[in-house]
Amino acid sequence: MSDKKKELKPNTYKFDTLSLHAGYQPHKNAGSRQVPIYQTTSYLFDDVDHAAALFNLERGGHIYSRISNPTVGVLEERVASLEGGTAALATSSGMSAIFLTVMTLCEAGDHLVVSSQLYGGTVNLFRLTLPKFGIKCTFVKPRDTEGFKKAIQKNTKGIFGELVGNPGNEIMNMPEISKIAHEAGIPLMVDATYQTPYLCKPFEHGADIVIHSLTKWMAGHGSSMAGILVEGGKFDWMQNDKFPTMTKPYEGYHGLSFAEEFGPTAFTMKARAEGMRDFGPCLSPQNAWNVLQGIETLSVRMKKHCSNAEEMVKYLSNHESVAWVSHPSVPDHPDHELAKKLLPNGRGSMIAFGIKGGKDAGVAFINNVKLASHLANVGDTRTLVIHPASGTHSQMDEATLKFAGLSHDMIRLSVGIEDIDDIKNDFEIGFRAARKPRLVSNQ
Amino acid sequence: MKFKVNGHEVFASTGGRPFDKKKPLIIFVHGSGLTHMTWVLQTRYFAFHGYNSLAVDLPGHGLSSGESLKSIEEMADWVSDVIDAVGHKEASLVGHSQGCLVTVECTSRYPDKIKTLSLMGGAGAIPMNPELLSLAENNDPKAVDLMMDWAHGPAGHFGGHPVPGLYHINTGTMLAKSRTIQNTLGVDFRACDNYKNGFDAAKKIKCPTLSILATDDKMCPVKEGKKLASLIDGSQVDIIDNCGHMMLLEEADRVLTVLKKFITTNYPPLSS
Repeated sequence: MSDKKKELKPNTYKFDTLSLHAGYQPHKNAGSRQVPIYQTTSYLFDDVDHAAALFNLERGGHIYSRISNPTVGVLEERVASLEGGTAALATSSGMSAIFLTVMTLCEAGDHLVVSSQLYGGTVNLFRLTLPKFGIKCTFVKPRDTEGFKKAIQKNTKGIFGELVGNPGNEIMNMPEISKIAHEAGIPLMVDATYQTPYLCKPFEHGADIVIHSLTKWMAGHGSSMAGILVEGGKFDWMQNDKFPTMTKPYEGYHGLSFAEEFGPTAFTMKARAEGMRDFGPCLSPQNAWNVLQGIETLSVRMKKHCSNAEEMVKYLSNHESVAWVSHPSVPDHPDHELAKKLLPNGRGSMIAFGIKGGKDAGVAFINNVKLASHLANVGDTRTLVIHPASGTHSQMDEATLKFAGLSHDMIRLSVGIEDIDDIKNDFEIGFRAARKPRLVSNQ
Repeated sequence: MKFKVNGHEVFASTGGRPFDKKKPLIIFVHGSGLTHMTWVLQTRYFAFHGYNSLAVDLPGHGLSSGESLKSIEEMADWVSDVIDAVGHKEASLVGHSQGCLVTVECTSRYPDKIKTLSLMGGAGAIPMNPELLSLAENNDPKAVDLMMDWAHGPAGHFGGHPVPGLYHINTGTMLAKSRTIQNTLGVDFRACDNYKNGFDAAKKIKCPTLSILATDDKMCPVKEGKKLASLIDGSQVDIIDNCGHMMLLEEADRVLTVLKKFITTNYPPLSS
């Protein structure tokens, strides 16, 4: 036996274990090994005093499934645990998670600084819809770190961006941009849908709020819509007077100050108590359960997604029909070094590439692949393709497309976990058609 | 609310209600390195049911200014000063972990001021693991990680927070890291380790006393809590199964139910 004293080590559960177990205790649920689906709208109160206490946030528990639900609660705790966050709030979609985040943070007259490289729906929310609520945004290209600083105004309440831009794969320099945000006393909000916490935990790099469309890799199987916002718990809402709805007595809860009472979980508590109450984008328990099934295999799937993606990058980079390939694993990608730092477990499975022959070739390619699915989703277990200029970003005008870094020859590829040879063979069919678009595009 | 004690600003959560001098006072004292926020699932209830709830941040902790107090005895005197500072003559005390050492000492020193004493995860002494103490005093975040591991039972490790969407261990970690570790946790751990008067202080306590203990508490095991309770005349003991040291969050509803019955019986609220 060694005389060496054993070093103390925390025995908290690790990522793969949390993916399977976090948020749930079978002995409190009739011993059910699987998380039960609580398909109910509402929950019995013990008595009038109990009801009043629940409504007044004096005690924890469920009232009505628009506000919270036990199955959804397991999902929320599981994602919070995987991200290293203090709390989470699941919503009906990724878009509703973004909307709820903004509406929890901002009031009419406020301003946000936003990355220009975003999913088309998110661009429209920030550019066209939020101004209707009196919230204005300044867009900055994600690699223009100094631009984020310059865009901050007196009424700016936060910075928002996608960790890896859609569809151009630009990587947001979270460590630098979070410093800019924190120097200005505002939070950094990051949509990390493309990465999942398996590839990157944004809180470790300065983010304050993380948002996911759980519909994508987290659920993974293309079956269910869901979104979530996760709180890091470090941001000090009381450091300045920019966030009165977080720090001042709130009329809607008898003068409650969320920041004083709930500290590192204040944002989530407010988003639930106010946002879910007033806007109501709740996640169904069935969809929460479906997402939980996906998260159980998250690390296994992400490894395969990433290895297939790297194979596809090599294949596309050497293909005669391909003009360019954008993926953070490519050495000449402008963010290659940053990706190594932020995404050590893999660079993700989203690839953008330019097809020789421009728009017509792109359309012919999309119309002729058989295995890859042409649809408006990403992060399915199956390989997906789309031509953004005519699909996800088709509501943008020419100038906005250009500002968003989109070109007419761009194909967006979400690499699935099929056999890699089958994906390549399918692409050969598409490329053959693309080389003769006029002959085959109508077949 | 904020007020001054010994020249330093003190923050105490009032559970979302204005302070009202006519109402009886309950003071909640947090554990090592933590803050008033650990009490949120108890304080709001009492605040809305006829009491002044004051979940204090000890000096140098949470939102309170000043430096952390270096001994349990100083903290006990400070709690008595808080009662004076808010214009009350008496109070009911509720402590968790290190807060139990503080409230036991305070009750023994000021028997006329303290009307009831509620102890959660308490013991007569809390000797510290030397390596853990050293990590905390050297500002090593591993001290917080170890404390969160040991302080949480199954609910903390697996989840199942009474408030939907909150994750125990990460929330506790953020609270414990909200100020410089060596100035909060390091000082508190040393104060706990140095404190030797708990059992003698307990023998002097005559007010109604409640101990809530948990079967999976690794920081202050049930047998230590029972030993302390056995020294206090007429002390009630409630033991929670499958729960760790952070019972005030892990089993918040159970704790509130037991606490509510005990305090309202022995120190009635102001009727509305």
